[in-house]
Amino acid sequence: MGRWVGPAGLLVAVAIPFVDASPYTLNVLTTAAIFVMLAAGLNIVVGYCGLLDLGYVAFMAVGAYTSGILSTAFELPLLYTIPAVLVVAVLAALVIGAPTLRLRSDYLAIVTLGFGEIIRITATNLDFTGGPTGIFGIPGIDVGGPAGFYFVCVAVVALAVLGSARLERSRLGRAWMFIREDEDAAEAMGVNTYRVKLLAYVFGAIWGASAGVLFAAHLSAVSPQSFVFLQSALVLMAVVLGGMGSARGVVVGAVVISVVPEVLRDLGAFRYVFFGVVLVVVMVLRPQGLWPVRRREPERVDAPVQEGVRV
Amino acid sequence: MLEFTDVHVRYGHVEALRGVSLRVERGEIVALLGNNGAGKSTTLCAASALVPLSKGTISFDGEPLPDKPWDVVRGGLVHVPEGRRVFSTLTVLENLQLGGFACQDKASVSRRIDGVFDLLPLLAKRRGQQGGTLSGGEQQLVAIGRALVAGPRVLMLDEPSMGLAPLMVAAVMDVVRRINAEGTTVLLVEQNARAALGITHRGYVLENGVVTLSGPASVLAEDPRVVEAYLGS
Repeated sequence: MGRWVGPAGLLVAVAIPFVDASPYTLNVLTTAAIFVMLAAGLNIVVGYCGLLDLGYVAFMAVGAYTSGILSTAFELPLLYTIPAVLVVAVLAALVIGAPTLRLRSDYLAIVTLGFGEIIRITATNLDFTGGPTGIFGIPGIDVGGPAGFYFVCVAVVALAVLGSARLERSRLGRAWMFIREDEDAAEAMGVNTYRVKLLAYVFGAIWGASAGVLFAAHLSAVSPQSFVFLQSALVLMAVVLGGMGSARGVVVGAVVISVVPEVLRDLGAFRYVFFGVVLVVVMVLRPQGLWPVRRREPERVDAPVQEGVRV
Repeated sequence: MLEFTDVHVRYGHVEALRGVSLRVERGEIVALLGNNGAGKSTTLCAASALVPLSKGTISFDGEPLPDKPWDVVRGGLVHVPEGRRVFSTLTVLENLQLGGFACQDKASVSRRIDGVFDLLPLLAKRRGQQGGTLSGGEQQLVAIGRALVAGPRVLMLDEPSMGLAPLMVAAVMDVVRRINAEGTTVLLVEQNARAALGITHRGYVLENGVVTLSGPASVLAEDPRVVEAYLGS
């Protein structure tokens, strides 16, 4: 059954606009698709490699701003900005990753949180990023209106999810798993942990920045308010909710996180209360996520016990 | 083949190694004995570049050791860290495959895995079983086997007998002896001096970060200081 799930999900995603193509529905669907891409990218960093990144939205901001600035300043079609976006994303991953990846666990989380804020505040204060108001009039990707753009998003996102699933099974993906489960043992067995972790960051940045391009095209504007910490937290929530390290799981998690608040819209101001309750219930009932991977190393609670008598 | 000269290692203000000098010749099994906190594990970590030296040198085959752990492994000096560190949700076979990660040549990795299965038939029987379901002794064998797949010329074992039943200790020591007999040089860190001196050629005793005694295993086993401190009369 497993191998049909992906194509079936894709089919559903493609079919919905034929049932309901109202601007509202298309907007929700497009936002969800972009969110799935973000979750797939963060899953590489957090799920595969076990690096807790609390500022992931910084990479999305880098992608959105790069394509927005280039396309408005030089009146380029958005697609032409993609090579530059990829270069800037990789550079951003190296700049952020090179110093931070020497740290582990909590320290890494705090520093990435800081970098997320730095990117947002820098964008708020620079002139060429449009300051607090951001950048307007970004050309969309014009392929037959909002429905057409949605299909483009679905295609890109499907490739991204498939790509991340392939990465997991690659030699690099195995190295990520070794580092996630036991970094010291991986290092002792000859895994170049620093380079391998940096590559997780680079792939995460490429996914995030590409999602940023779609985001800029979707809204035709980018502003710093879109890249607040809450956004990073929501993407992380999608990854954890779906099942860390599970390419399928995070797709489900991202869809839930982006669609459930819309479904609950009738509840008005209370909807986020219910949303919170739903999340808590899910995590209590399925602590490994909605659709976990088969194998996940249980937390190492006990250090090997030293025995007293040894002569 | 592996030579420590005046090696110092500090963790912050604490000096864990205070001038360790020792050597391991090709084909030998050398024991490194000592109590908790004597610096045995730190000595191995220094050789595999997991901790930096603050002073002194370690040379391997007459060359200074590289300063990145993955380059050390590639050079043929492989460390089995304390506490086995077997991936509990991966199968035995997958654990062994990790050992070959640094090696690009798939054919020689699978040849080495076959070699490990020949040496340790028990693992061949358990190849599809998850690491976490094995007994402590079996996990130790997986950890040793995994290191062998990396193709070591010198194998460094950190307390392979830890937490094992006496029969299993003897079995693990026998495996180490056979690995050595097939041509791999071994540096064996142990608290269980009796088990270690039974299979080693020479030994060093480490106390508070310095070598206080050294000599052939048979002499060490008779030395009154070793008998008193580690063997009991």
